[in-house]
Amino acid sequence: MHEIFTTRNNPYVDPIMAMWEWQIPVYLFLGGMVAGMMIIAGYFLFSGRHKESNCACFSIPFTSLILLSLGMFALFLDLAHKPYVWRLYTTFQLKSPMSWGAWILILVYPALIANILIRPSQWMINRVPKLSEIAGKIQQHHILIRNIGILNMLFGLMLGAYTGVLLSTLGSRPLWNTSLLWVLFLVSGLSAAAAYVHLVAKNKAESELLAKADNGFLVVELFVFVMMFLGLLSSAKPHIEAANLLLNGAYAPIFWVFVIGMGIVIPLIIQLLAVNHKVKHTPIAPIMVIVGGLILRFVIVSAGQYSHWFNAHFH
Amino acid sequence: MARFGMVIDTKKCVGCQDCVIACKTENKVPEGHDRDWIVTESHGKFPDILMEIRTERCNHCSNTPCVSCCPTGASHIHDVGGVVLVNHDLCIGCKACVESCPYDARFIHPDGYADKCTFCIHRVEKGLKPACVEVCPTYCMHFGDLDDPNSEVSKLLQSRKYHVNLPEAGTQPNIFYLI
Ligand code: SF4
Ligand code: SF4
Repeated sequence: MHEIFTTRNNPYVDPIMAMWEWQIPVYLFLGGMVAGMMIIAGYFLFSGRHKESNCACFSIPFTSLILLSLGMFALFLDLAHKPYVWRLYTTFQLKSPMSWGAWILILVYPALIANILIRPSQWMINRVPKLSEIAGKIQQHHILIRNIGILNMLFGLMLGAYTGVLLSTLGSRPLWNTSLLWVLFLVSGLSAAAAYVHLVAKNKAESELLAKADNGFLVVELFVFVMMFLGLLSSAKPHIEAANLLLNGAYAPIFWVFVIGMGIVIPLIIQLLAVNHKVKHTPIAPIMVIVGGLILRFVIVSAGQYSHWFNAHFH
Repeated sequence: MARFGMVIDTKKCVGCQDCVIACKTENKVPEGHDRDWIVTESHGKFPDILMEIRTERCNHCSNTPCVSCCPTGASHIHDVGGVVLVNHDLCIGCKACVESCPYDARFIHPDGYADKCTFCIHRVEKGLKPACVEVCPTYCMHFGDLDDPNSEVSKLLQSRKYHVNLPEAGTQPNIFYLI
C-alpha cells in the first residue's frame, strides 16, 4: 500500500490541476493556425505567386488578423488579473516564453498589416481611399514584396514555435516536457492553415498545391507524434506515465479517435485520393483537419495538466 | 547571501493543523484556499505500516521554474533570504507559475493574482518567526539561514537524516523533512 492524503483543496489546483480551461487551447490553436497562414502567405509573396490576380495570399492576412485577435481575446479572457495586462509590455523577461510571445505578437501585427497593404480589398479601399495609393507604391517594388514575404514567414515561424515552447518549458508537467512540442504545434498549425487555404482558395492550382502540402504536413505530424512518444516512453517514469495517458490511459479514446483518426489519418486518406483524382475535392477533409488541430490543443493542455511528477509514485 | 529554509521533523508532527490555521489568520488567506497544508503518507502492509505526517508549503526553491516562466517579473526572488514572492501589482494572473510548480504550491487569489507562502517575510524582516513555526505545539518546525553553518537549521541537517519533496523535479527545494 502507498497512500497519500492531503488537506489542501485549492480551486482549480486540487485534486487535478485545471487552471487552464478552454481559453488557452483556443489561443494556442488560433496562434498556431495563424502562424501557418503567415508562412503560407509569406511563401506565396516570396515565390511571386501574388502576380496571379486571385492569389489566396491577398485574403489570408486579413483573416489571419481577425483569427489572431480572437485568439488574443481568448488569452485575455483567461487572465485572472485583467486590469494589469499592460504589465506584459513594461518589461521583457528573457527566460519567460510568455514574455517572448507577448513581444512576438507585437511584431506579427505589422507584418500582417504590411501584407494586407500590398493589395487591400475593395471594401477597405472604399473606406480608406488612400490605401490604393499606398498599395500602388508597394507594388512597384518587388524586392519590398519579397521582403514582406520573408518577414511573414519568419514571424509566422516564431509565433508557431512559441505556442509549443510556452508549454514545453513548464517542466513540472511531464507530458509537455518534450522539446518536440513546438515542432508538433508548428506542423499542426501549418496543416490547419494549408487546410484552410485549400478550402477557400479560388485559384485551382493553389488549392491543389495546398492539398498536396497538407498531405505532407499530416505525414510529418504523424512522424513527430511517433518521435515525441518515443522520447517520452524512454524517459523517466513520470514521462512514461504521461505518454500512456494519451496512448492507453484516460485520454486515449479522444486522442486516437479525434486527434489521430479524424484529425490526421482519415483526411489524409481522403486528400490522397483527391490529389490523385480518384475522388473530388470536398470541404470535408480540410474541415476535419482544422477541427482535429483544435482538439489536439485541448487534449495536450488538459492531459498535460493531469500529468504530474507525483503520479509516478503511485503506479 | 542568506538562504532561508525550513527543517521539519516528521517524527514530531502530529498533523494538528495549527500551522494551517496560523497561516490563514496571519496572512488573511481567503476561505477555501491554502498556503500550507498537511500531508499524510502511508507505506507498507499491515501490520508493518510506516506513516509520515508533514506540513507542506511552497519550498522557496533555489531553482525556480515559477520565477523564470513569469512574463512580467511579478514572481521574483526577494533580496532577503532568497524567498520567492509575488508582486501583486505586476501579476496579470496568467497562471503560468501555478502550472510550472511541481508541488502545486500556488493558487490564484480571488482578487486575481498568484498567491502562495511568503515564509511570512513581513514577520521575518522584523526578527520574528513565520507564523506557522511560531505556533507549532510540538516544535517540529525550524526556520533559519541554510547558508549559515551555525544556524539551528544547518545543525539539524548535519545531525539527522532528511528528505526533500520531489528532488527529481530539479527545483532544489529549501524545505527539508527530518526522518
Ligand atoms: S515550491 Fe513551487 S512555487 Fe515555491 S519556489 Fe518552488 S516551484 Fe516556485
Ligand atoms: S500568474 Fe502572475 S506571478 Fe504567475 S506567472 Fe503570471 S504574471 Fe507571473
